[in-house]
Amino acid sequence: MPHSFFCFLVISLIFLATHGIAAPNTLEVVKKRGVLHCGVSQGLAGFSAPDSKNSWSGIDVDLCRAVAVAVLGDGTKVKYRPLSAKERFTALQTGEIDLLSRNTSWTLVRDASLGLDFPAVLYYDGQGFMVSKKAGVKAVTELAGATICTQTGTTTELNIADFFRAKNMKYKLVVFEKNDEVVAAYEAGRCDVLSADQSGLYASRTKLKQPADHMVLSEVISKEPLGPAVRHGDNQWADIVRWTLFALLEAEELGLTSQNIDGELKTSKNPGVRRFLGAEGEVGKDLGLRPDWALSIVKQVGSYGEVFERNLGEATPLKIARGMNALWNKGGLHYPMPVR
Amino acid sequence: MSQSQPHIRRPRKVSWVSIWLQVLLLAIILAGFYVGGQNALENLQRQSIASGFGFWDRTAGFGITQHLIPYGESSTYGDAFWVALLNTLLVAILGIIGGSVGGVLIGLAAFSQNLLVRLLGRVYIEVIRNIPLLLQLFFWYFGVLRSLPSPRESYSLGGVIYLNIRGLSIPTYSFRGGGWSVPQLEGFNFTGGLVILPELVALVLTLSLYSAAFIGEIIRGGILAVSRGQWEAALALGLTRFQTLRLVVIPQARSVILPPLTSQYLNTTKNTSLAAAIAYPDLVLIFAGTVLMQTGQAVEVMLLTMAVYLGLSLLIALSLWLLQKRWATHDLG
Repeated sequence: MPHSFFCFLVISLIFLATHGIAAPNTLEVVKKRGVLHCGVSQGLAGFSAPDSKNSWSGIDVDLCRAVAVAVLGDGTKVKYRPLSAKERFTALQTGEIDLLSRNTSWTLVRDASLGLDFPAVLYYDGQGFMVSKKAGVKAVTELAGATICTQTGTTTELNIADFFRAKNMKYKLVVFEKNDEVVAAYEAGRCDVLSADQSGLYASRTKLKQPADHMVLSEVISKEPLGPAVRHGDNQWADIVRWTLFALLEAEELGLTSQNIDGELKTSKNPGVRRFLGAEGEVGKDLGLRPDWALSIVKQVGSYGEVFERNLGEATPLKIARGMNALWNKGGLHYPMPVR
Repeated sequence: MSQSQPHIRRPRKVSWVSIWLQVLLLAIILAGFYVGGQNALENLQRQSIASGFGFWDRTAGFGITQHLIPYGESSTYGDAFWVALLNTLLVAILGIIGGSVGGVLIGLAAFSQNLLVRLLGRVYIEVIRNIPLLLQLFFWYFGVLRSLPSPRESYSLGGVIYLNIRGLSIPTYSFRGGGWSVPQLEGFNFTGGLVILPELVALVLTLSLYSAAFIGEIIRGGILAVSRGQWEAALALGLTRFQTLRLVVIPQARSVILPPLTSQYLNTTKNTSLAAAIAYPDLVLIFAGTVLMQTGQAVEVMLLTMAVYLGLSLLIALSLWLLQKRWATHDLG
């Protein structure tokens, strides 16, 4: 039964709730264990998906790796735990995982009532719609009366309801538990529209028989800031995850990549670069990490730009443009806080 | 020809010691649950995870395609629970009725004098009960869906009933307004009238076909349990085969049939939770799915969902047990 793991999690939340939670210092736990337990999706191309050899890749996976590099010095020391949308928060609450990196939107209710903290935003997304080109729809406002297929377990249904209610348009919602069935039903013509976060729509489109016959409408009806989540109350751990993410962005801003970083370490006179790479100052120590934490992250995982292009960019089947996910000085929203 | 009653050993007189032991055990179990509950509550509070049923009266904000009672986006999570529960009950009841009707036919087919009918019944049982239910559900859902036309190319019956991939649209009569509401193609879809969802049809069909195979076997077994002599005696008295079945065999077979039939009905009820796989808005999909996700209160939602299935199962078991009691007193009288 697919539900059995979830039931186990819920029951452990009731009875064994002390074990994972009584150890508030996640950093110590992870260092002692030598492996980072990272919660990821059950397979979302570009974000977290296993290949045939069960090795994981994606932007969410790269964040897990970056945190493992920062804490343990080795990006391979990660145990990935595939989680359904339903299971993810319970898995974090019970201590089953140390870090949730699973295309999860940062919202007030989640932040305030689920015992979670969202350290930073990894990917700016928004809920959108995919339609068949044959339908001749060009804008979201032309979707009145449409039947919409979507997946349960997110704020998706709520966003659709709010949007259509505000526009006074009718709609019908067909909600599936798994994304594969959503795509199959959409392809069979059960619905006119497929709705999900835009990144998910691009990923789903690659699964269709004729991806070119379908288009993702450019408008979004919600803000979906996707990012990692940690348990509430362990501030040091939250800081480490936050600054690991900023390190990826900062590397791109400083023009560092996994290719040029060794050279830059030797030659760069830029104090920002030298501080970032641990040649000057003690930013790593302040976080409880080694001085070369950021250097190792860039070396093993790369900069945010490299991570993005490798998993989502033009060279991948997803072909997602940087858009909102460019750096702040390139017209996007990513703004890493100063490393000093 | 008479068969001696099987000798049933009555349970021995229960000693006080064993009663006390059991009371003690029960007390320990209850105490365990109490401690567990308190522990959970404390931990949830310490982690600042919301607990309790405060979400019940909050606005749910999402739509549900099929609701037997009035429901809209401004309804509460509590309303969503009742809508989902009724949808589950609808499928369970239809599935039990469909499975029983099919099961009786399949069960009786085993006693047909026609070889072909006997063979078909056998093949049906072996094929259906050896394929996982979820696969059958996907087969019917996606298989049927793919063969149906788009709304624009609907099959039409007299211009009032339409069948397409979005469901069966039928006219409805409103007693309050005193007029007919006829489905009409408007934009993407049909509006007006009532739509029977393909998800509902696929689910009821699958559950009925699946449980019919099991119920057929249960009925065949029950009838076989009645000794052959009963048939022979009844036929010798000049009753027809049908009369023999109705007046002699079935009254004896039914007390054998009822216990396994009860558990089959329970299975059908619990199997309705597969609805979530094909987007039928049942309790698991709506309540243990969307509501759980939006509120994040896994413990409360899962406990309530489990309590509902437990309650439904106990209710079915109780009513069939009462039926058996009644039959038993009839048989004695």
